[in-house]
Amino acid sequence: MFESWNKTGVPSPELIKTRFPDEEVLIKPKAITECYEEIPCNPCETSCPFDAITVGADINTPPVVDFDTCTGCGICVYNCPGLAIFTVQIKDDALVYKIPYEFVPRPGKGDVMHAVNRAGEIIGDCVIERVTFTEKQDKTALLQVRVPRELLYEFVTVRSKS
Amino acid sequence: MNTYELVIIGGGPAGLSAAKVAAEAGLHSLVIERDYKIGGQLVKQTHMFFGSEKQYAKTRGIDIASILIDDVKRHPDKIEVMTGTTVVGLYPDHVITLLQGEEYKKIKAEAIIIATGASEKFLAFENNDLPGIYGAGAVQTLMNVHGVLPGHDVVMVGSGNIGLIVSYQLMQAGVNVKMVLEAADTIGGYKVHASKLKRLGVDIRTRMSVKKAIGTTELNQIEIAWLDDSWQFIDGTEQRVDVDALCISVGLSPLSSLAAMIGCEMKFVPLLGGNVPIIDEYHETTVKNVFVAGDVCGVEEASSAIVEGYYAGLMVAKRLGHEHPDFAARKADYETQLDNLRSGPFGEKTRLGLLELRGERHV
Amino acid sequence: MRIQQHPILQFPHDQVIHFTFDGKPVAGIAGDTIASALHNLGVRVLSHSVEKGRARGFYCAIGNCASCNMIVDGVPNVRTCITPLKEGMVVKTQRNKGVLHEHL
Repeated sequence: MFESWNKTGVPSPELIKTRFPDEEVLIKPKAITECYEEIPCNPCETSCPFDAITVGADINTPPVVDFDTCTGCGICVYNCPGLAIFTVQIKDDALVYKIPYEFVPRPGKGDVMHAVNRAGEIIGDCVIERVTFTEKQDKTALLQVRVPRELLYEFVTVRSKS
Repeated sequence: MNTYELVIIGGGPAGLSAAKVAAEAGLHSLVIERDYKIGGQLVKQTHMFFGSEKQYAKTRGIDIASILIDDVKRHPDKIEVMTGTTVVGLYPDHVITLLQGEEYKKIKAEAIIIATGASEKFLAFENNDLPGIYGAGAVQTLMNVHGVLPGHDVVMVGSGNIGLIVSYQLMQAGVNVKMVLEAADTIGGYKVHASKLKRLGVDIRTRMSVKKAIGTTELNQIEIAWLDDSWQFIDGTEQRVDVDALCISVGLSPLSSLAAMIGCEMKFVPLLGGNVPIIDEYHETTVKNVFVAGDVCGVEEASSAIVEGYYAGLMVAKRLGHEHPDFAARKADYETQLDNLRSGPFGEKTRLGLLELRGERHV
Repeated sequence: MRIQQHPILQFPHDQVIHFTFDGKPVAGIAGDTIASALHNLGVRVLSHSVEKGRARGFYCAIGNCASCNMIVDGVPNVRTCITPLKEGMVVKTQRNKGVLHEHL
């Protein structure tokens, strides 16, 4: 399951799915932690205001999200040093993600952008619904993005069309 | 000749942290830094750090630098800082010779902490001295400290954390990173960093390296090729790539020559990055009252260097009769933090390296 | 090539610092080292190897590797990567081991 990830940095579909809850849970937004490796790090746990993420005393343990407690607020998304967390919600016939973004120019509300997968390939279009960039986010913007429903396990980030 | 209680060589994360704790324990120290500013390599780390809150996890390295510098400034009566000053000699009678501009000086210290860090390793290939070939850390300094770009099209050699992080930061600065080459068959650094690059469309190629650089007085092109299982280039797999900058990120070597100069017993421990002074559990070398902290005694993340600095500061203060009021609690806390930072698979090299250094395990 | 916009950092480009490079009047900005100012001007060859005269440029940026050593205000072997740029500096490419007191 780790083979391709170790060689290319692209996690396999099976590995990706280990971090998702059942799709019915995603009618509310939930944090997906794409942190599969034992690395010494725990800001997701300490930044969660709802204690929904557990790393534990050994900070090398990968995080576990309690989807009953997680509200999908997105605070962990900009606090993750690995930019390895996003939130996703299945809303009507679309997906609503909150993703971290550390590039300029930052997109604006209503912008149509390329939807990009974990290999960096363009897989469709998506729409920016909201951009938050507050002081406490410490320069990591949070983009709320509307993405086609079929891209649930594919979408990971956005790229400018220009 | 001026005599100081404690002289700390190196104003990076380890040195500044050592000065802070030593000052809290009541010790006077002089921090000597060869750069024109303190903060070490933290001043160019624009990414958020890993680790836990005690090592300022999720804070960007540039901001951790400010925190550590402020900590030092809070003790103006205890900590003196000398920048633009290179230690050129370290002698067994604790005489330290300095070069400050064109002035050569001598000082003396009761105790010394060597916190000189590490320097980037180089890679042997044809024309590897062409201007346009940089250490990855140097490129990070150029763009993140001075705001100057190294080029337009870059290839990174090495997929350890530095190679991956600097590649991402090059992209953030608007540079096109054409590919990351890794001679091993798997990515060296944290995969979360690799995934950030892949999302941006950066090609990461394992089992591939640079064979030669092409250009007359500046780099224009590189030749890359696949490697076989015995790390030899496979003939016929060569490809040319147009680049105007090549970054080398193939690991760091401890800058331990001053430790050797003062007579510390040294050992070559590849797991720790190269030649390192032998230290006891208190971070003291085989020369009495000469301590070390940070990458100089084993290359790790800056988070570990900070904690090692605190630890060495605590130990030196006790040795010179200034036991910190919370000595026992601090000592236990720093040891736990270091254990925690090193307990995962990425800490294995350090764990085994330290055993080898202390002669408890032979490879 | 200076960074014009950056997601994390801000670079004030205001205070100009004048200096000369191999006799030509040029400029950098406050916060530059000699090496970063030259790099921005497109100067990548900072020194030459002593025996074969091969071009050498910026490599380590921590004052360790000697690849950026230049003659500054008559003083040879100045590590330009860790030397802040100052108004009026006279910077020259170095082609030998350095001659003591060239300025005298």
